[in-house]
Amino acid sequence: MSFAARRALLDAAAIGPLRQSPGRTLLAIIAIALGVALGFSVYLINRVAADEVQLASRSLFGMADLSVMAPGGGFDESLYPRLAAIPGIAVASPVVEAQARLPGRNQTLKLVGIDPFRAARLQPALATSGASAGQGQTLLSEDAVWLSPSAAQALGLAVGDRFDVQVALDPVSLRVAGLLPAGEYRQPLGMLDIATAQWRLDRLSRLDRVDLRLVAGADPLAVQDAIRSLLPAGVRLTTPGEASDDAVRLSRAYRSNLTALALVALFTGGFLVYATQSLAVARRRREIALLHAMGMTVREQLAASLVSGALVGVAGAALGVALGIIVARAGLATFGADLGAGYFRGIAPELTVHPLEALAFLALGIVAAVAATLGPAREAASVPAAAALKAGDEAPLAARRHGWIALGFAVAAGAALLLPPLEGIALPGYTAIACLLLGAVFLAPTLSHLAFDRLPAAGPPWLQIATAQLKGTARRSTVSIAAVLVSFSLMVAMAIMVYSFRNSLDGWMQRILPADLYVRSGGSSLTSHLDEAAQRAIAAVEGVARADFVRFQDIALPGPGLPLTVIARPIDEEDAGRILPLRRTDPDPAPPGTVPVWASEAALDLRGFDLGTVFDLPLGGQTLRASVRGLWRDYERPGGSIVMPREVFVRYTGDTRATTASLWLMRDADAEVVASRIRAALQRGGEFEIAVPREIRRLSLRVFDRTFAVTYLLEAVAVLIGLFGISASTSSQVLARRGEFGMLRHLGVTRGEIARMLAFEGAALGTVGVLTGLVVGFVVSLILIYVVNRQSFHWTMDLHVPWLLLAVLSLVLIAAAALTAALSGRQAMGEDVVRAVKEDW
Amino acid sequence: MLDVRKLTKSYGGPSGRRVLDGLDLVVRPGEYVAIVGESGVGKSTLLNLVAGLDLPDSGEILLEGRDLARMDETERTRLRRSRMGFVFQAFHLLPHLTVARNVGLPLALNGQAGNAVEQRVAELLAAVGLEDRAASLPRELSGGEMQRVAVARSLAHRPALVLADEPTGNLDPDNASVILGMLREQIKRDRAAGVLVTHSATAAATTDRVYELTRSGLHLRTDAPLNRA
Repeated sequence: MSFAARRALLDAAAIGPLRQSPGRTLLAIIAIALGVALGFSVYLINRVAADEVQLASRSLFGMADLSVMAPGGGFDESLYPRLAAIPGIAVASPVVEAQARLPGRNQTLKLVGIDPFRAARLQPALATSGASAGQGQTLLSEDAVWLSPSAAQALGLAVGDRFDVQVALDPVSLRVAGLLPAGEYRQPLGMLDIATAQWRLDRLSRLDRVDLRLVAGADPLAVQDAIRSLLPAGVRLTTPGEASDDAVRLSRAYRSNLTALALVALFTGGFLVYATQSLAVARRRREIALLHAMGMTVREQLAASLVSGALVGVAGAALGVALGIIVARAGLATFGADLGAGYFRGIAPELTVHPLEALAFLALGIVAAVAATLGPAREAASVPAAAALKAGDEAPLAARRHGWIALGFAVAAGAALLLPPLEGIALPGYTAIACLLLGAVFLAPTLSHLAFDRLPAAGPPWLQIATAQLKGTARRSTVSIAAVLVSFSLMVAMAIMVYSFRNSLDGWMQRILPADLYVRSGGSSLTSHLDEAAQRAIAAVEGVARADFVRFQDIALPGPGLPLTVIARPIDEEDAGRILPLRRTDPDPAPPGTVPVWASEAALDLRGFDLGTVFDLPLGGQTLRASVRGLWRDYERPGGSIVMPREVFVRYTGDTRATTASLWLMRDADAEVVASRIRAALQRGGEFEIAVPREIRRLSLRVFDRTFAVTYLLEAVAVLIGLFGISASTSSQVLARRGEFGMLRHLGVTRGEIARMLAFEGAALGTVGVLTGLVVGFVVSLILIYVVNRQSFHWTMDLHVPWLLLAVLSLVLIAAAALTAALSGRQAMGEDVVRAVKEDW
Repeated sequence: MLDVRKLTKSYGGPSGRRVLDGLDLVVRPGEYVAIVGESGVGKSTLLNLVAGLDLPDSGEILLEGRDLARMDETERTRLRRSRMGFVFQAFHLLPHLTVARNVGLPLALNGQAGNAVEQRVAELLAAVGLEDRAASLPRELSGGEMQRVAVARSLAHRPALVLADEPTGNLDPDNASVILGMLREQIKRDRAAGVLVTHSATAAATTDRVYELTRSGLHLRTDAPLNRA
């Protein structure tokens, strides 16, 4: 076939249909564009954020080959000269790291104490950019700190300015002595001399890290063995790559969840392409038959349909990629790199787009559109020419039932649920959800039969016609039902999951905050804390009946993974259930010689700390035997945590600092009055927070709602696409049924009756989609709650169903379906429909 | 009775193309007339105006003494529902209703139900020879059978006016002959006024009078062979 002939054929069978219905073509393009845009923007934001975190982390290690580190408490500095003396070590650079609270600024700043002369050998940027000798001398000044330009900008400081950092409850004044090179130190941080850091940050004789560079040609394994032989418990040897990977691992589950949700939008976009293409086939039945009759082969017809889908895919995906870049840019500017989740505070990355990434998402959009066209294309290719060209012929609209395929997907979903997470990502859970949704789509024809076959033919004629239409057009109905089903089930699943999470979080906070008043200064890695003097002052405040002081401390356990948080607080086996939201407890007594600890669900999942487990716990350079007495729910620390008696913690670490004070007040004491007395007793210039549990809960739930804001947006888009599906389906049906509507208008059916007929059909289809969506959505929510959340974040939650919300959403969606159908069917009421009775072959 | 007086219709505004200009036509109860003419002379326009689906620029269209041109759309629709029947070239049966329900549709639209409807449907199906296909769906019928159903439907509610637009255009000569015979027979039996628009001389010959619509107006053709039975 010549090029001209091919072009003519392509124009008739592939491009023509798109041009024929520009509105629907545009709708399909927009649906694909929205899906690609969401997926690409979420991917870009995630990638840019992860890159930035890794880059920031690596920049601090410089050219180091290895690093010895102990998160949280650090280790004794006597280890440093012993490490430096190991044969094969060329450079050993000691580091003190702390997250400093900045009083009066509601911000924190990462402070890194280095030995400028040694650090310059690992970080050439230090040596080249600021003339290391001069810079070192400046750094050596006892109050000097060099800020990264981003920190200087965020804090509004210039060289020569002074600012305070808070150590315990006391302000410590530092001077901005210079600015670090912007290219190498992009993250907000301050660098100071290690001696200054140890002295001013109350870290005397402690180090957090020693970065090591090996002698060229040294046997790395031998050097590592030598290093390990010197490491006390809780100190680990790592590579800079592993350390920076850890920095992004914490947020990986959150990011993968967002990506999965964004890809759902692409799935629904693809579904809309399926809807428009399959209805176009129904509408173009005679046209297709004519092309067959004129000699177009089945293969050519199939190819033409696929080209038509691919064209929609190319246009949609290209638009989506462009839109995705714009959305990512706006998302980074508005919500930050973590879309409001709080993982990457202080990171302000710039958006970079690699051509290959853009091409990958372009391909994804095209594949989605072509895959969605496959079914309708096969249907178009199988139109029987002779029958379809006959006057009075109607497309066979009885739906093919796919019960077995639906069952297959359900079995696949069940099988996926038995699989463990992949690299910490709940991929099997998502696979199960995808299988369930696909299964539900294939079940739609059966549902359509079940719902409409027994509908009585009663009521006014318009109702009888609508009922007959629903019974007789299962194939078309299937598309509408599936569109509503997919989008609504996702909405239901997310609504139940978020509601369950919110209620569980609220209930958890009520359990975890049993005291009347809380005083907090700092966290596990902050320089601010309640020292012994502050603790004594708080305990002595009039009106305080009991004061429990709690210390949070991150520790490194042997092996890879995130640090484990030790929560040291007054606790014993008798009152553990009163203080902690325990899930299970060990009825047997703790083995002799072990310290009782209570492990979080994440510690169980990630470390295997089940009831009765006895394990080695490195603490203060020593190792103690700990026995898990109970499992509790912890929504704060996805890396895992254990609660242990504070007196044991203090005995092993000598660390008497506290992060939080839980205060039980005397019977007649007023919380506000006691809070005022505490403020008066702790007037040292530093900051701390005093809050009643109700206030803490309110603030936490506000953060929760902000975190889930982006998921609500994605849900709304999915539902919008679902309604687009109904609109496309109805519009196409109206076109396909123009003759019928024209005849009805001749027979004296009013416009209002046709509108009621279409609205009833839309509402009926919407109702089946919504009811099925409720069931499928409920099952998906169970997977999200019990599988995806557990595998991603390692915590459980209780099931709470927002009945009222679901009832309102169901009614709104059914009403929207009726309205959409009636509005989309406006053509059915116009004068041109009357003339449609003449438009025959 | 249908009484069309000085009917004028233009498209594209007052200065546009005038399709009908001062047209008169009278069809009495029990009379069956044909309108023939070249494509584009306004046959369909006339039919739409008579059906109340379009409004004339001037003139009157009286059905049983009521002027369609003075009615609003809802009134015209209700009049069409109760007093008119239609037969189309492409049958236009509702694909998801059985033959019996398609025939009974005009009765349902007029609020009738129960035994009377069933009897009337059975009577009409017997008259068009489809009493054994009452439960069939349109797709199970041949073209000729579908048009017989359409004829039965057009007469179900005993309309005052039956409008047939090329009812045999999609049928073979044998089936066309049967349909035309049935249509005439039923119109005569119910004493309806019948208007057949056609290109076919054979079809026109089954009516009482034949009018030719030309650009100069509607003319009675006296040379046409007519069915005087």
